[in-house]
Amino acid sequence: MAVKKFAIACYDDEAPLFDAVHKVRHSGYKLHDVYTPFPVHGLDTAMGLKETDLHIAGFIFGITGTSTALGLMSWIFTSDWPINYGGKPFFSLPAMIPITFELTVMFAAVGMVLTYCYLNQIMPGVKKHVFHPRQSDDLFVVVVEVTEGTDETELMNFLNETKPLETDVQIAEEGWWYGRFDKEENYSKQFAS
Amino acid sequence: MTDRFEVPSGLKKTGLALLAIGIITIIAGAICFLGKHEEAGLTRFWLGLAQNSIFFLFMAITSVFIQAAAALAQGGWIVAYKRVPEAIGANVWVFGLIVLIILFSIVFGLGDHNPIYHWVHPEGDKVIEGKSTFLNKGMFVGFSIAAVGLWSFFGRKFRAMSIAQQSAPKNSTKIYWRTIVIAGAFMVVYGLTMMSTTPWLWIMSIDAHWYSTLFSWHVFAGAFVSGMAMILLWTVYLKNQGNLILMNKEHTHDLGKFMFAFSIFWTYTWFAQYMLIWYANIPEETVYYNTRQNGAYSFPFYLNLVVNFVGPILILMSRPSKRNYFTVVFMALIIIFGQWLNLYLLTYPGPTGNNWHISWYEIGIFAGFAGLMILTVSKTLAKEDLIPHNHILLKEAVVHLS
Repeated sequence: MAVKKFAIACYDDEAPLFDAVHKVRHSGYKLHDVYTPFPVHGLDTAMGLKETDLHIAGFIFGITGTSTALGLMSWIFTSDWPINYGGKPFFSLPAMIPITFELTVMFAAVGMVLTYCYLNQIMPGVKKHVFHPRQSDDLFVVVVEVTEGTDETELMNFLNETKPLETDVQIAEEGWWYGRFDKEENYSKQFAS
Repeated sequence: MTDRFEVPSGLKKTGLALLAIGIITIIAGAICFLGKHEEAGLTRFWLGLAQNSIFFLFMAITSVFIQAAAALAQGGWIVAYKRVPEAIGANVWVFGLIVLIILFSIVFGLGDHNPIYHWVHPEGDKVIEGKSTFLNKGMFVGFSIAAVGLWSFFGRKFRAMSIAQQSAPKNSTKIYWRTIVIAGAFMVVYGLTMMSTTPWLWIMSIDAHWYSTLFSWHVFAGAFVSGMAMILLWTVYLKNQGNLILMNKEHTHDLGKFMFAFSIFWTYTWFAQYMLIWYANIPEETVYYNTRQNGAYSFPFYLNLVVNFVGPILILMSRPSKRNYFTVVFMALIIIFGQWLNLYLLTYPGPTGNNWHISWYEIGIFAGFAGLMILTVSKTLAKEDLIPHNHILLKEAVVHLS
């Protein structure tokens, strides 16, 4: 993924956080993400996040499970290895329904967990840059991307107007990676060159 | 802030017209079917009345059940439209009385050979004689009167308590806790009637040789879905009239979820009952499904599954469709039709055999009961303020997010 430059501002309450998020969005700066110690009601709407596509993925996984179960069973029991079970017809739909249901649920569940991990970029052994050590403790951290067209001093002045506890500029890997945290050490050199 | 509902003359006229259609249908049915003194006509006349009256009573009793369930779970979201299930529940006695009159007429009034309830004269039939300890006139009358009486009592009690809360001291929780106790008592009654004995005696005993332990659950699931659809229709109607100002799309979404989830539950009970009988393949059990699936009823049999399962699962699954008034109203009507068809398939095939009808008689009686529902419920709704101002969970209902 890409290494980018970020400006961060930390707040210790929800009210200034919402205020800052609102101002950043309306000023046209590129809001990268907001990190909070707990789920904040209404923050997704304030950040302008669109509704998740997770349930569409779930539907597709479920349908895949349904068709896998029905397809496999009907192929096995009618053409590949037909067996007479107590005089029932080879294609016995009622007997296949429970298995179909289970596979639908299993495909949907496992698929959605993996999709969720991918969308949130979390996975065992996978690392992601931490902007502030207290972002999961008691600080609300707003991260703004410093793009090529962004005037950095202007952005910092703008952020300071929202009265944050502290501000910072960091150069960090945007996405997730597999491995160790010390991958980050060389970023500043890369970015300078 | 008050939210009074005045019965519009259009609604009253519609209700009266539907009721008139129902009464004319009954009179016409009596002339057409009873005049010839044939058993087929007699059966159709009484079955049409029984099926429709039971269907509407079950829809009405669901309103009492959802109030009790919400009270026990301390659910706040129902408070936004609480007067609707209260008003339907307070009129359970109307439908209950009609059901009792019709069912007792069938049990006692059809002479020596009863075409609907064979168990009335069990002599000579070993299977039914074996069941006669439970399945006899005394038990039928006792359980029916107890069920209808208790349902009517609780339906009126819940409304009376909710209205008493209006004039109670501010923030008083006395009635709130009392409602929870009464709701607990109702659940015991409900479990012993609607979820067990009532469907056995009223519906399953039509096919007296056959039995299924899952039957009452299946009937309950259907009644619950159609009852929630009924509540939803009333709330959307009141919203269109500019009433129910506290109710918003979040509450509609949750009612839609109930219709969706319990349609799936209905299918689950339907299939669980069907598959075990299909798998075991015991003739005395499969005969029940054989008449429905393979004979003259195969079209309504499969239509039943399409309407009650495939429709709701495909249309109500997505979030936007549950928040759209058009889709939920459309699906509520579809579900009410579907559950009516389901009850038709539970009652008609046994007595009428392959000679089945869904025509002017069945539809006319349905219209009559719908008219009765419109008239009674709208009259009750107009009596009180639609906002339960003093309810301690009112704020929770307003800020509710589904």
